[in-house]
Amino acid sequence: MTKRQNRMVLVALLLSGAVLAITLLLQALGSNTNYFYSPTEVAEGKAPIGKNFRLGGLVAKGSVVRKDMLVSFDVTDNKNKFTIEYTGILPDLFREGQGIITTGSLVGETFIATEVLAKHDENYMPPEVADALEKSKK
Amino acid sequence: MWKWIQAFASPKNFYQTSAKIIPWFLYLFIGLTLIGLYWALIASPADYQQGESVRIMYVHVPAAWMSLFIYIVMAIAGAIGLIWQIKLANIVAKVSAPIGAAFTFLALVTGSVWGKPMWGTWWVWDARLTSELILLFLYLAYISLNSAFDNPKTASKASSVLAIVGLVNIPIIYYSVEWWNSLHQGASIGVNKVSMQIDMFIALMLISFAFKFLYGALVLMRSRDEILIREQNSTWVKTLIMKGEK
Repeated sequence: MTKRQNRMVLVALLLSGAVLAITLLLQALGSNTNYFYSPTEVAEGKAPIGKNFRLGGLVAKGSVVRKDMLVSFDVTDNKNKFTIEYTGILPDLFREGQGIITTGSLVGETFIATEVLAKHDENYMPPEVADALEKSKK
Repeated sequence: MWKWIQAFASPKNFYQTSAKIIPWFLYLFIGLTLIGLYWALIASPADYQQGESVRIMYVHVPAAWMSLFIYIVMAIAGAIGLIWQIKLANIVAKVSAPIGAAFTFLALVTGSVWGKPMWGTWWVWDARLTSELILLFLYLAYISLNSAFDNPKTASKASSVLAIVGLVNIPIIYYSVEWWNSLHQGASIGVNKVSMQIDMFIALMLISFAFKFLYGALVLMRSRDEILIREQNSTWVKTLIMKGEK
C-alpha cells in the first residue's frame, strides 16, 4: 500500500468508528432521547408514572374548558386520551386540534401540567388556503 | 485530470483565479438577497397559524441548511487535505469554520426568537435543538484546535480528524425530527414533497441561494488572505507585493 492509500484507509476507519460508536450510543439511550410520550405509550405504562414526564398529542376537539386561569382539555393520539389540567398562560398556537407537548405528572387519571408547549407541523400556507381546505373536508 | 487539479489547486493559481470569481459571487448574493427579501417580506403571504411570524423562517431555515452544508464542505476538505495533502483543501476547511459557526448561531437565535411566541418557550432540550447546539460546539472546538498549533500542517491534521469524527452529527441533526419525538416540526421540503405554499417556497429558495453565494465569496476572500500569510516567503507573493497589485 502506498502512503496515500494508507491515509485513505485511516480516514475511512476513523469515520466508520465514529459512526459505530454513535449508533451504539443511540441504541443504548433508546427511548430516553424521545422528548415526549404519546397517550398510548402512557396507557401502556411506558412513561415514568409517579415522576414528571412530558405528554404529547392533539388537543381533542370540544374538550377545552376554561375556569378563571384553570384550563382543562383532553390530549389524544386518536387511540387513547388523557385529561390535562393547567393553570397559566397558553402559547399562541394553542387551539383545538393542535399538537401540544405538556410537562407534568399523572395524578389518578388526570395529568396535572406545569408547562404547555404548542407544536407546529411542517405545513405552511396562507389563511385562504387553510379555509379552502377546511371547506373541502366538510 | 490529476495534473489539472494540481495546477488549479496551486495557491498561486487559485489566488489569481479567485479574484475574478469573487465579484460575481457578491453580485449574485446581493441580487438574490434583494429579490429574496421582496419575496419574503412582501410577495409571500402570512401563515394561517403563525401569522407574520412565519417570515422568521426565511432566515432561519436557510441559515440552518448552511450550518449543515458548510460542515460537510469543511469535513470533506479536511479529509482531502489529510489524504492527498493538498494545501488548498486545508485552507478551505480552516476558513470555513468561523462562517459555519456564524450560520449555526444565526439558526439557533432565529429559532429561539420564533419559538417563544409559537411554542411558548425560548429553548427546549429536544433532539433537533440539542444536536444543532452540538454542531455549534463542534465548530468552536474545530476553531480552537486549529489555532492551538503554531505549525499549520499539524493544526490541519488534528482539526481535520475532529471534523471527520464530528460528521456523524450531520445525519443526526437532519433525521432527529423523524427518529425521535421532538418539539421541532418535521422537514417541510423533501426530495419529492413541498408542504408549503409556492410563494413561501420561492422566498425560501432565493434566500437559500443568496446564502450559498455569500459563503462562496467569503470562503474565497478568506482563503486568499490565508494564502498570502502562508506563502509570504515565496517569490510570487514577494513580487506581487513589490508590484503593489491586488
